[in-house]
This record gives sequence, C-alpha cells and structure tokens, in this order.
Amino acid sequence: MNYHWNWAIFWEPSPEGWGSYADMLMSGLYWTLATSIAAWIMALVLGVIVGVLRTMPYRIPAAFAYAYVELFRNIPLLVQMFLWFFVMPELVPEDFGRWLKQMPNAPFYTAVISLGFFTSARVAEQVRAGVDALPRGQRMAGTALGLTLTQVYRYVLMPMVFRIILPPLTSEFLNCIKNSSVALTIGLMELTARARSMQEFSFQVFEAFTAATLLYVAINLVVTFGMRWLEKSVAVPGYIGSSRT
Amino acid sequence: MFADFDFDVIVRSLPYLFFHGMAFTLTLTGLSLAGSLVLGTLVALMQLSSIRALSLLAMGYVNLMRALPLVLIIFWFYFLLPWIGQWVTGASRPIQVGAFTSALVTFTLFEAAYFAEIMRAGIQSIPKGQIAASQALGMTYWQTMGHVVLPQAFRAMIPLILTQTIILFQDTSLVYVLSIPDFLGAASKVAQRDGRLVEMYLFAAAVYFIISFAASTYVRHLQMRIAVVR
Amino acid sequence: MSMTNGPETAGPETAAPIGRALEPAKTVAPMIQIEGVSKWYGPIQVLKTCTTRVEKGEVVVVCGPSGSGKSTLIKTVNGLEVFQQGRITVDGIPVGDPKTDLPKLRARVGMVFQHFELFPHLKIIENLRLAQMKVLGRSFEEANAKGLKLLDRVGIKMHADKYPGQLSGGQQQRVAIARALAMDPIAMLFDEPTSALDPEMINEVLDVMVALAKEGMTMMVVTHEMGFARKVANRVVFMDAGEIVEDAPTDTFFGSPRSERAQAFLSKILSH
Repeated sequence: MNYHWNWAIFWEPSPEGWGSYADMLMSGLYWTLATSIAAWIMALVLGVIVGVLRTMPYRIPAAFAYAYVELFRNIPLLVQMFLWFFVMPELVPEDFGRWLKQMPNAPFYTAVISLGFFTSARVAEQVRAGVDALPRGQRMAGTALGLTLTQVYRYVLMPMVFRIILPPLTSEFLNCIKNSSVALTIGLMELTARARSMQEFSFQVFEAFTAATLLYVAINLVVTFGMRWLEKSVAVPGYIGSSRT
Repeated sequence: MFADFDFDVIVRSLPYLFFHGMAFTLTLTGLSLAGSLVLGTLVALMQLSSIRALSLLAMGYVNLMRALPLVLIIFWFYFLLPWIGQWVTGASRPIQVGAFTSALVTFTLFEAAYFAEIMRAGIQSIPKGQIAASQALGMTYWQTMGHVVLPQAFRAMIPLILTQTIILFQDTSLVYVLSIPDFLGAASKVAQRDGRLVEMYLFAAAVYFIISFAASTYVRHLQMRIAVVR
Repeated sequence: MSMTNGPETAGPETAAPIGRALEPAKTVAPMIQIEGVSKWYGPIQVLKTCTTRVEKGEVVVVCGPSGSGKSTLIKTVNGLEVFQQGRITVDGIPVGDPKTDLPKLRARVGMVFQHFELFPHLKIIENLRLAQMKVLGRSFEEANAKGLKLLDRVGIKMHADKYPGQLSGGQQQRVAIARALAMDPIAMLFDEPTSALDPEMINEVLDVMVALAKEGMTMMVVTHEMGFARKVANRVVFMDAGEIVEDAPTDTFFGSPRSERAQAFLSKILSH
C-alpha cells in the first residue's frame, strides 16, 4: 500500500461550503496570527508591568510579581486554557457565566486571555533579567540626579532594558505564535486545527501538514528578520551588549 | 459556585489519576528526557562539526523543530510513524504504532532540538585550551569529547537542562490531543464521565503547579549554589 | 540656613527651600554634616558612628583601604544608601527624615561615580539635558545651552552628539562631572572618580576636579589619589573597618598621622 500524493487537493473545494482547502488553511493562518498578536500585546503590557514590579525596591509589589510569575509559569498552558474555558464560567455568578458560555468566538477570547497571561509571565522574567543585567550604578546615577523612581525607570533603565531583551523577546513572540496552536483543544480553528480538519476530510494528511509546516516556517522567518531589523535600528553606537562588572 | 464543590470525586479517582495518569506522564517525561539528551548531544556535536554537511543538517533539524508548534509535530509523527515503520520493516502496509510509542518518539525528537541548543552553548562555554590540552595528550576526538569536554559542558548546563525538563513535563500534557490518558487526560476523562469539570481541572492544575513549582524552586537554589562555587 | 552664596544671608527667617529645617540656623552651618552615623547590612555593621563635616567651599578627601566603608559613607550623604542611626544634614536639610523631598535634595548635590554611569542610550548632550529638563523643569534651549557650556568647560564640546560608548573612559568621566555641574549643585560628591580609569587618563579628570576646587566648589571626594589630596584638600578623613579613624587638616594628616592604621596605610600607598 502506498500513499497517494495529491498536491492539487488545495484547490479542491472544502467541505465547509465555501472556498477551497487552501482558503481553509488561510483562514487558519488568520486566526493563528490574530490570536497570537492579541495575546502578545496583552503579554507585553502585563509582562512589562509585572517585570518592573519585581525589580522595585518595595517588598509587597515584588512579592506580588513573584507570585504572578510562578503561578502562570508552573501550570501547563493547556490546563490554563481549560481553566479559563471550562472552569471560570462556573465560578462566576451564574448570569455572567451563562453569558460567557454563549459568547460568540469564545474560543478566540479564551485563547487570547490564557495565552496572554501565560506569555506575560515569561515576558516579566525577561524584563526582570534585563533590569538585573544593567549595572547597579545606572539606577544610582539617575537617582543621584534627582530623578524620581518612575523617571529613573522611564528615562534611564527601560530604554536599555528593551534593547537588551529584544533577542529573548523575539523567541518569546515566536513561542507565543506556536503556543496558539494549543487553543485547538478548546475549538479555536487556527492553522494547526485547520490542517488537522483538512486531513480528516480529505485524507491527504501529509499535504495538509506540509502546508501548515511551510506557513509556520514562513511566519518564523518574517518575525526573525523583522526583529533583527528592529534590533539594528535601535542599537546604541559604541555599546557592547554585555554588562560590565 | 463552590457550594457544590465535590471533593469526593477527586478522592475516588486518586488511584486512577496517579497510578495510571501520573505514571504515564512521568514515564513519558523520563524516557523522552533520556532519549532527547543523548540525541540532543549528538545533534550539538554535529552542529559544531567541521564537516559542513553535518552541521548544516543538524542546524536545519534544530531550526525546523523550533519553528513548529509541538501540537503540529505530535500530529505529524502520529501519522508519519506508521509509514516510516512500513518503510523500515519492508511491510506491505503501514504498521500499527501505539499511542505511547508515538508520543515517546515525538517528544524525544522534539526535545532533542532544544537540548541540542543547550548542549551546544555548554560545549562552546568550555575554553578552547581544554581541547588543545587533550589533543596534546594524544586523545582522539571522541576521547576528548567524552572525557573532557562533555562532562564539563553537562555540569555547567545542569540548571538549564532541569528547567527544560520541567517544560517537558508540562508539555507532555499535550498528548491530550491524541486522547491518551496521561495525567491531564485521566483527569479529563473523570471530569467528562462524572460531569465534574471544575473539580478535576482545578485539581489537575494544582498538581502540575506543585510539582513544577517545587522543581523550579530547587533549580533556582542549585543555580545560586553553583554561582557561589564559581 | 544659607541658600545663596553670600555668607551674610543666613538667618532663621530665611525659609528653607526644600524639606524643613528642624532647628534654627547656626551662624556658620556646614554644608554637609554627618553625626554619629551607623549602618548595618543584616548583622554586619559597615559604618560605625561616623562623624565629620564639610564646610561651605571646603574640599574633604576621604581615603582608606578597600572595604573600609568610604563609598558607603559618601552615598549616605544624598540618601543613595540608607543608615539606621545618626543624622546627616545637607545645607541644613536632614537626609534621613522621611518628610524630606529626597529627589529635590539630590538634584542640588552633584555626584560622580567610579564607573561614570552615563546613560548609554543617550547622546552626550542628551545625558546633560535629561535631569535639567525632567527634574529642574528647564526648557530645552536653556538646558541645551547650559549643557554645551559645561561640555566646553571640560573639553568635550566637539563630542556632544556622540554616544558614551564612543568616548574614552577619561572623556566619559569628564562628561559625568559636567552632567552633575549642569544641575548647579551646592556641593559635589566624588566616589572614586579615577579608580576605573587607565593611568594615562587619570590626570585629565583630576585637572577638572582641581579647577573646580579652586573655584570654591564644596567637594567630598573618596579617592586614593594622594597627590590630589595634598594639592587641594582642606582636610583628609581616613576610614578603616567602617570607622573614621582620623579627621585632620591635610598637612597634619600627611605630616604626622596620629593613628597607626593611617601610618600603615600611608606607607603602603606612598611607598612608590
């Protein structure tokens, strides 16, 4: 028995009643990008706030940030998605829970929220590492000039932190895109889910997965080159990445 | 809300959850760890090899694996392995591959790409003088690697290897997409059967959290101790 | 409580510009007064009841072996390091008082660090403008003009549009001094300003500091440069193991140090 290759399958109409299999995969690509970009924006905002809190010279915000990071980092993303999708609507007041369950696009919102929180904990760790990588004297120099703590972070520390952590942030963003595929378990029809349903309908499993693979590789290349360009355009002349001691 | 929270369903299913579910999760984690460490080290050596074809091949493998979502790779191997099995054994039709074997092969090959990156960094952190000294003593490439470079690289990378293992442990929950009863799959099965989603998923989250948090706290202590020794 | 440079303006009715004065002004208030200051890191005491002062227009050099607490002491003056016991006032304003507006106080005390601590992502002139605009509320034009004037003074004006990483260590430290001067400080603190420099660059920085001292700037300087101390210091404070062991006029300190520890230190540092 041999596998029957059929690369023309992509142009055959999909069983969904509109468009071809290729259109189906493109719709998957759209949801993958929509989910991961929305989650990434959420992760950046929360991650920067939490990461900065962790480096504050105050005990309570730092402890809160520590708990936040550990909570979202030590539970598998899949379990977190189940918690937001199946458990959360049961724990809120009944009317609100019913509204949540009937919300159109619930898998999308749930995926964004769970992926956003999950990724934000990892962004927060990068931000903290970035602040820690700066020489302690930078904070002191800003403080000695009379800048307030907020000003020290805004004008002195964070501009350098963002430059230092751009490479790890790039891989976190790529992780975020890849992790959006976990949302197929709660019914989000993203790229991997679309490839899987194409396989189920057409039995052309390897064509479907090859197409998805190529699309993911293409996303990776675009993001990697985009970030490399960004890194170059914000590079500080004369500054060698490593911190001195 | 919590008013009808049923602790009993958790207690009743504990033996199933742990002796079947968790046992599966830990076996899968342990075996893939062993396999991917060995394979990852080989891939790292290939990446650093002076033979260009080898290093390109290894780099292509690592980059491809790291570009794809684990879920997609799980599906890939699930469907690909029977055909590979047919090709290897020369059978007349695709052979049956059990879900466990499929998952084990998938995680080994997937994690090998990540361990390769860790081991490569570890090997590159060893001063060139160590290699020169070994060669000056008349050691071969494999003797140099096996007795001098790899033991040092491995020791330097232990915290990263352990951190990656915690990620692997969490990632194994994704075999859920193959309907295999790992720990999460077992919890999910009970949840569906008894209609107790809230209890079972909260319990599963708590168990994953406790294990991962304890392990990562230990790794952090280890890291600090190593930092002090240096 | 004098706010201006004229010594006659002191008087109780002169409102303190920042914070609040807890006592009526003395006739000749020292610019920096350190009284019985102690500090602990956990169980380890790093400062042991240190007492000294810096008068207006005075240059005081603080020296001592490494780990003696001299860097910690100078950082307590502008509140970069907290202390558990004692009292420090700068221009009459208590540093340790929670009611004191520390950012405002720090803006009036210039500080120069061992590792320069210029902000690497900002151009030289931007380094000089930042705090002038954000802390003192000066306009861009004013801050820019002031910055360029001071860069000219330390001989770096032609590098105004470069980044710190493109300058040598000596040049960076001169920029750091200019950055502190741009705030019109009432006193300057120097924390080992030449220790991180290659030997050939030390003098260009010391020259700027000597010129500053000759203009009458109040200076507290932690340094091992005994030549500098001899040339411009009014007094030398010698520290060892968190204690101020000797606090004497420069000539006395170099001529006949009283303590054995200071003698040992001097013989080590001056032996070649």
